[in-house]
Parts: sequence; structure tokens; C-alpha cells
Amino acid sequence: MKISDRLISLFQTIGLTPLMPVVRLCVGEDPREQLAQLGRMIGLPLLGFGLFLVAWAVTAANVKTSIGTVPGPVQVWQQAVGLVREHQAERQREREFYARQIELKARYEKAFPGKVWQPRRYSGAPTYLDQIETSLETVFAGFVLASLIAVPVGILCGLSRNFYNAVNPFVQIFRPVSPLAWLPIVMIMVSALYTPKNPWLAKSFVSSAITVALCSLWPTLINTAIGVGAIDSDHINVARVLRLPWGVRLRKIVLPTALPYIFTGLRLSLGVGWMVLIAAEMLAQNPGLGKFVWDMFQNGSSQTLALIMVAVFTIGIIGFALDRLMLVLQQLVSYDRAAMR
Amino acid sequence: MAFLNINRVTKGFGQGGRRTCVLRDINLNIERGEFVAIVGFSGSGKTTLINLIAGLTRPDAGVIRLNDLDVSGPGPDRGVVFQNYALLPWLTVYENIALAADNLFPNWSREKRRQHVERHLALVNLAAARDKLPHQLSGGMRQRVSVARALAMDPQILLLDEPLSALDALTRATLQDEIERIWEADQKTVVMITNDVDEGLLLADRIIPMTPGPEATLGPEIAVTLPRPRNRKALNHDPEFKRLRAAVAGWLLDAAAAKRRATPHRTLVLPALVAAGLGQSATPREAVIS
Repeated sequence: MKISDRLISLFQTIGLTPLMPVVRLCVGEDPREQLAQLGRMIGLPLLGFGLFLVAWAVTAANVKTSIGTVPGPVQVWQQAVGLVREHQAERQREREFYARQIELKARYEKAFPGKVWQPRRYSGAPTYLDQIETSLETVFAGFVLASLIAVPVGILCGLSRNFYNAVNPFVQIFRPVSPLAWLPIVMIMVSALYTPKNPWLAKSFVSSAITVALCSLWPTLINTAIGVGAIDSDHINVARVLRLPWGVRLRKIVLPTALPYIFTGLRLSLGVGWMVLIAAEMLAQNPGLGKFVWDMFQNGSSQTLALIMVAVFTIGIIGFALDRLMLVLQQLVSYDRAAMR
Repeated sequence: MAFLNINRVTKGFGQGGRRTCVLRDINLNIERGEFVAIVGFSGSGKTTLINLIAGLTRPDAGVIRLNDLDVSGPGPDRGVVFQNYALLPWLTVYENIALAADNLFPNWSREKRRQHVERHLALVNLAAARDKLPHQLSGGMRQRVSVARALAMDPQILLLDEPLSALDALTRATLQDEIERIWEADQKTVVMITNDVDEGLLLADRIIPMTPGPEATLGPEIAVTLPRPRNRKALNHDPEFKRLRAAVAGWLLDAAAAKRRATPHRTLVLPALVAAGLGQSATPREAVIS
């Protein structure tokens, strides 16, 4: 296969479809058609986004709230840049602090030989990028916990009609419950049960992660059960005629049939989990994006609205990136690419 | 004692008052090394019969014995070639056949199993496609993989459930010749279900028609004494072939007509229509719908 064909197939798998006409243009294939496609894939969205920015700028300047005018795109961008600069300044201060620590340690041990300098930790507040990192860690912790519960239970539901009938009422009742309802219960339980001497994970982290898990495990569970139940009866008959042992049946028939469904469920779960996370963080005060939004709201400064809008865009872009990541994994796992979209 | 003995087998589906009897009083004896074709209409219960012989379902009444042992469940001694191929779509051609070899002969060395799979790949002329996935193959190729997998089980009897129904006529002709060639190689006992009389006459030693369902039963057995190998083009002019074809097809069509006559029908009274200006008297006529 030519390199250009490989690249095109790669971009299709990853989901970067606008790059496909670019490759074709480089190869010299029908430039007019490729430019038209590029126009459609990149030009139109850019145009739409541009119009949105203009409309936003115009309407924002005309709306006055108790904290000032609604910020337009320019102010929001300035705030975003400000947050990044703040993060960089904070990191610089941290580096200087630790450098001073080394110097102080040397002077102390020279002045008082035999005593050991107790190192101090830098106590700066978490920056915006730190908070993004915390959010991502929390959502992954919750998502992994959810998957570890949902996939085995889903497989059991799909394999055994009796198990499914027993579990189904719980699934139907607990699925629509909002994270805001779960959170108080989770926080009380975590306070009571999670009392280690040296907690490695903060209580707010544990509460948020468990809430995310509780709300996001349902799509995976349901999709896994459907996937396992969707096994072709012909394949089962092949397994019966060959008298395949239970383990081989699971590995070679049940799991490969169910895997595309499982990954669909995982993708949906991650999407739900990311949405739930912001609400959970807000209430549990986990130092992530949710807390950032809540703090800005409580702050009530003139930059509040702009900062919250930065957070909104950040949340949206990260959610999109996470979904794309799961889509790529889903594609890789599917044996018939055309069936997955 | 015959190699495969089916004695007064009856099978129905459904519960209580809605129970339909699909097969009634099936009797069949097959000797080792015979190629038997069962010809019938769609929906007459042919797949049910194959499932009964394969052990995938149990009969309501009657007994099925293979090699003097009762058939009580599915097993690799009865290899099945399904109508829809039943290949695992995530395994390559080689791996699909190896599924049979690896699980049925765990005591063999890896090399011996590999050679077993390669031999069957070559038998169906698919050595070049060994690393392809089923969705990359044509229908004819998929069916050949299915046949290779069934033969790799080393079964005592091969059951073909309308193996060529899902293919177009030209591919069907090619594969019929392939099946004959493969069968000549080691003369396994074969029971083939088909809806094509010509296919049965081309491939089988004996052809048995089946009445249309429900409550289908087997008709008179007709021995196919045409010499092998059977040349499709030459057979078109062979008087014995034409006679056999007429006999089997005739019996099937008569059976279908008898079934239609026997089923209850409704009587509708047609309105009395008279063409204006022709002066005919208007009398209501009756029409019988079956």
C-alpha cells in the first residue's frame, strides 16, 4: 500500500477526516474536488464559528449584569491567556522556593551539625492547569471504577436471564438518579468509612470519583448486557458442535461479539462521567474545574463571567477530546470498520 | 444395522394449543459412505431435520442412532455446514479452521495441527486467502471455509444444511462441482438438504423428497444410478437424468398440490356483475380460495 493510502486510512481511523483531502492534495489527486471537500470540512465550520464569535461580541456588549458587562470573545481570550500565565508564574515561584530550600538546608546543617533540616512543602493554591489535571484524574478514577463494576455485571446479565431479571429493577431505578442526589450520601459514607492515618487521596477526590462512578456505570452495564445477548445463535451452535469449553467460548465468541457494544457503552459512560464530574466537584469541593467555576461564582469579581466562560470552553473541548479518544479505541476494537460510526 | 438410523422421529414447536408439528414420522436409513440428498420446499422443516441429526435439538418422539449410539447432543462426530456459513467474523480463515483443529485435537503437536489446517485449506482451494477475514471474502469462498472447518473436525457424518442456497446460480454451479470433488477425495457419509432437484441429482447417491410443511414427512427414496463423475453439460441430454428429474420434481409438485387441496378453504360469494348492454342474466357465482 502506498504511503498516501496508509495515511488516509490512519486519519480515517483516528477521526481526523479533514486531513484526508490534504493528503490527497499533496499527492495531486483531483485538486478541485479536494479543495471543495476541504471547504466543506474545515471552511464551513470555521465560517460558522466566526459568525458565532461576531454575534457573541455584538450581543455581549449590550447586556449589563450586576457584575459588569457580559464579556465578549476578546475578554474571554484575555482571561484564558491570563490563567496560563498565572500558572507559569506559579510554577516559577515553586521552583524558586525549592531552590531556596536546598540552600537553606545546606546553611542549617552547616550551622547545626547533627540536626536534620525538615523540608517544607510549597503551599501555593492550585492553578487553573492544576485544576484541569485534578479533574482529569478524578474522572478517570471514577470511570475505571465504573467500568470494573459494569463490565462483569453486564456480562453476567447477558449470559444469564435469571441474573438479568434479578438485577434489572435496580438498574432501572438507580439509572435516572442525578449526581447531586448521590453526592450527600457518598460524602457522609466516605467521611465515616474512609479514615486512614495518612490519606493518600483527599476525601473530596474519593467522594467525587465515587459519584462519577455511580452515575456513569449504567450505559456500560446496559450496552455490555445487550452485546453479550446479541451473540449470533449460529455461532453458539458452532460452539456446541465443537464442544468448546466455557473459557474458549468466552474468549472467542462472547467477548469479541460484545466488545464493540462494550466500547460504545464505555464511550457513553465517559461522556456522562465528564458531565457529572463538574457538578460533583462543585459540591464536594474537589480542587478541579467544578470548584473553579464555583469559586469564581462566589468571588463575584468583574472577571468572573469571563473566567467561567473560559471554564465552559475548557470543559467542552476536553469532553470532545475524551470522546474522540474513546471513538478511536472503539474503531481499533471493531473488526468491521464500516459498522462503527 | 445402518450407519445412521432415524426411526419414527416427530418434532413440533410451540406450547399447548399453538403447537405446530413440523416433522412427523420421519424414517431414514443411511449406509456408511453414502451421499444422500433430501429435497424439499422452503419452510418444510429441512433445517429442523438437520438440527435433529446434529443433536442441536431433541425429537419429541422417535430415536436417532449414529453408529449404534443414540444421538443425545451436538458433537464433532457430526460436522455441520450451516446455511449462513456461521464463520466467526473476527477470526481469519486460517483461525476459523484452526478453531476446530485446536479444540478437538489438543493432544496433537502444534506442527501436526498446523498441517491438518493447511491440508484442509488446500482441499477447498483457499490457501491464498488464509489471512483474510470473512467480510473480505465472497459468499462462495465463505462457504468453502465453512466446509473446510466441518471436514477439519474429522466427522463421521457430514451434514449440509442448504449449503448453497445463499449463493447466485453460477457460483452455486462451481461449488457443486467443488463439493463433488471434495467428497470423492475421502467418501464421507453426507446428508445434504437442498431445495434444488438438479443439485441433488448431480451430487447424491440417493435422493429423498420431503412433503411441504407442516407435518412434513419423507417421500419415496429414489436411487440415483448415474455414473460418477457427473458432467453437468452431458447430463442435460442424458435420458436417465431427465427421467429422474421428472420423477422427483413431479412427486414434489404433486405433494404440494395435494397439500393445498387438503387444507381448509373459505368460500366467498362474488357479487353479481353484469356488463351493461350485453343482456346476460345476473346470478351470483362462488369462488373457492385455498
